[in-house]
Amino acid sequence: MKKSILTVTIVIVLLLAFVGCSGENKDSVVLNVLNYGEYIDMDLLDEFENTYDVKINYEIYPTPEDMYTKVKSGATNFDLIISSDYMIERLINEGWVEELDYDNIPNYQYIDEDFKKTAYDPEGKYTVPYFWGTLGILYDTTKVQGTPTSWDLLWDDNYSGQILMMDSQRDSLGAALKKLGYSLNTTNESELEEAKQLLIQQKPLVLAYVVDEVRDMMIGGEAAVALLWSGEAVAAMGENENLAYYVPEEGSNVWVDAMFIPNTTTNKKEAEMFINFLTDKDNTLRNIDYVWYSTVHTEAINEVEEFLFDNPGFNPSDDILDRTEMFRDLGDSLQLYYRIWTEVLAN
Amino acid sequence: MNKKQKFFAFPYVLWMFIFIVLPIVLVFLYSITTKEVNNIKTINFTLNNYKLFFDPLYIGVTIRSINLALVSTIFCLVLGYPIAYIISKIHSKHRNTVLLLFILPMWMNMLLRTYAWMTILGNNGIINNFLNMLGLPSLRLLYNNSAIIIGMVYNFLPFMVLPIYTALSKMDQHLVEASHDLGADNRTTFLKVILPLSLPGVISGIIMVFMPAVSSFVIPRLLGGNRSLYIGTLIENLFLVTGDWNFGSAVAIMMMLIILVSMSILNRFDVDKEGGGSSLW
Amino acid sequence: MVKRNLHKIYMGLIFVFLYAPILVLVTYSFNDSTSRGTWGGFTLKWYIDLFNDRDIKTALYYTVIVAVLAATIATFIGTISAIGLYNFNKTPKAIMVNINYLPVVNPDIVTGLSLMILYLSTNMRLGFLSMLLSHITFDIPFVILAVMPKLKSLNKHLTEAALDLGATPLYALRKVVIPEIMPGIITGFLIAFTLSIDDFVISFFTTGSGVTNLSIVIYSMARRGVKPTINALSTLMLTVVLILLFLINKRSALVEGQKNNGGH
Repeated sequence: MKKSILTVTIVIVLLLAFVGCSGENKDSVVLNVLNYGEYIDMDLLDEFENTYDVKINYEIYPTPEDMYTKVKSGATNFDLIISSDYMIERLINEGWVEELDYDNIPNYQYIDEDFKKTAYDPEGKYTVPYFWGTLGILYDTTKVQGTPTSWDLLWDDNYSGQILMMDSQRDSLGAALKKLGYSLNTTNESELEEAKQLLIQQKPLVLAYVVDEVRDMMIGGEAAVALLWSGEAVAAMGENENLAYYVPEEGSNVWVDAMFIPNTTTNKKEAEMFINFLTDKDNTLRNIDYVWYSTVHTEAINEVEEFLFDNPGFNPSDDILDRTEMFRDLGDSLQLYYRIWTEVLAN
Repeated sequence: MNKKQKFFAFPYVLWMFIFIVLPIVLVFLYSITTKEVNNIKTINFTLNNYKLFFDPLYIGVTIRSINLALVSTIFCLVLGYPIAYIISKIHSKHRNTVLLLFILPMWMNMLLRTYAWMTILGNNGIINNFLNMLGLPSLRLLYNNSAIIIGMVYNFLPFMVLPIYTALSKMDQHLVEASHDLGADNRTTFLKVILPLSLPGVISGIIMVFMPAVSSFVIPRLLGGNRSLYIGTLIENLFLVTGDWNFGSAVAIMMMLIILVSMSILNRFDVDKEGGGSSLW
Repeated sequence: MVKRNLHKIYMGLIFVFLYAPILVLVTYSFNDSTSRGTWGGFTLKWYIDLFNDRDIKTALYYTVIVAVLAATIATFIGTISAIGLYNFNKTPKAIMVNINYLPVVNPDIVTGLSLMILYLSTNMRLGFLSMLLSHITFDIPFVILAVMPKLKSLNKHLTEAALDLGATPLYALRKVVIPEIMPGIITGFLIAFTLSIDDFVISFFTTGSGVTNLSIVIYSMARRGVKPTINALSTLMLTVVLILLFLINKRSALVEGQKNNGGH
């Protein structure tokens, strides 16, 4: 018994020593980066480290809300964060974001002008866009007749028990609001009540309110119709040719994920260098190859693989974009949305 | 029983105060205020958060969660007790191995295992494909209460089995023999000797299963398809999505109270006058 | 004889239930497709990818270190404290035990966030230490929960006998009490280790500075689909533990054999 304790202790100490000693460079700058999971080609991190003698501490997070809670607590010291439009807007409004020195980011010139001054960063002072997409409907052509074009498909009782909605109040409420012809950012209580009733009506038809697993479920043929983001839809279509995606004619949501530097940074210049590195055309192409989400890079878009370029999910036309709007941070009105959504789920 | 040895616990009592009591006081403070607690100037006491909790909507959520947790705990107990008993009867050479094999699945990430259950239970999943092969119709096994219960039992079974096994393992066999010698049959021996002696373990097991089951978040969300609101998902949403830490804290405190009360009811069954695991009431 | 077979069948069914999802994970670690919805053919590429994946390697390192350290420290503190608490008078004991239960009773998110605020108010930088302390905090109550029942069913006469025979209380503790409650201690350690390996929420909110663990990585991948490399890792970990178990079994069988042969 004593001998085995000794052996175990020695093993542990050796383990600690071995792994602890690998890659400890005290002299170089350390960049703390926070991103969504599976949202970057990890080789790019290695390359940046080798080119610029900067070490990257890379952390990932599940949802923007988790990120917000952590950053707002003030307990973190991230240098660069990649996150979603409405959450970035909230952080900018609350004073957590540094203004960028775009002279350090020459590759910014290649970003599509449409994405430079956005609802969340109206003067283009704080962010550099990363990936973007739309919210729409993914459906299984072997299960659904014809070519649907409307939000109505999600309320079609021919597909009862085969409809997947999102466990995301903005997205699901957004679908209902758009079907009724209202704005996704409305704070008008009667409009929201209508949307709520619509969602409660839909409930018996819904298989589940999911976020993770939608892609796998559609690929596996578990459902006929799903509310989904374009990036995920494109990935799903890559694995199952029977799937198709469209942005409903009544209008929908367009979203942008962007990079920003929180004001807890201690290495702003290196962070800007990294942003510039990621916005380089070839690096962007490598990233697209890994992530498969739509790009904001004017040069990279011309060199993506043909099947991506031709995919309307990846590369929507302008008239589709004209009928989309971005989510805005609702501030205190978020409570209203939350109450409505809770009532939908609790019913 | 050595009175001097109670000093052993003093370091931990200090630890508990810093790492358990203080944070809970913080949570309680949040529950009786609006907005943040750190700025003394803007503190604003209120009982609104607790009033809101008693809204029928949220009471419904609470009751639903407690029911689900109760059912899962009962299943764990019914399935788990025989397992603990059987393992305790295995020759000691193999016993630890079987025990470890039993726990091993728990060392795989819970999210992954829950995803795997979705693959197994889905409409196009493993079980249904198998049934279809035999010509039987598909069963709706996922996104309902049964799926959640399967997930809970799967996840919490070891927590029920281990304490019961611990209690049974070093049970004095002479007592069992004496019972047989005095003419009791197996059933009576079990009910009158074995079961009462293993009761502390059973109670530990029930606590270790029921508590996390009530506040469970991942399993109802993934396996239940989020079709209903449970207290775990409610609290998670309140703290993260809405950012309403005040109401979230109130819900958390209420849940704590409910559980502590049910624990005191449970401890009425603790025949041991020592009351080692009992609560205050 | 029938009883013995019934036992075996029951345990067999239970093990099928327990290992079914594990088998699914193992199978998909060889799936030449990133989706769990289809089977794309057999491949070993995820295992190869594993060795180059910096994210996962860092996470694995921290996961194992924190779990082992936290479980060990928690078992040590927990066992001693359980013995101490057992000797308390009835009312203080009840209060202390109830407080001890609180991390068990509280949802992870509440424990995690409240600890985060605690560290914040003491200006502690979030990192390895804060995560370790948090793990120890939620591990100890489970150790105590596991050890207490054993203490209660302890045969007091043995301790008294030891004392009567001239043993000091400490000696009696070491040689009589501890061996008697050893199953509880081991159970406590196993439970603590299991909890620490799997924890996401508390770890996420109490860590920083690049310190992460497998659960955080896996949960963060959920949105875009968990990489099959993770399945490969899980399969490898499973295999390692199974091999260890096999070796330990072989060794104790050998020892048993020696004991029987090299006897008196």
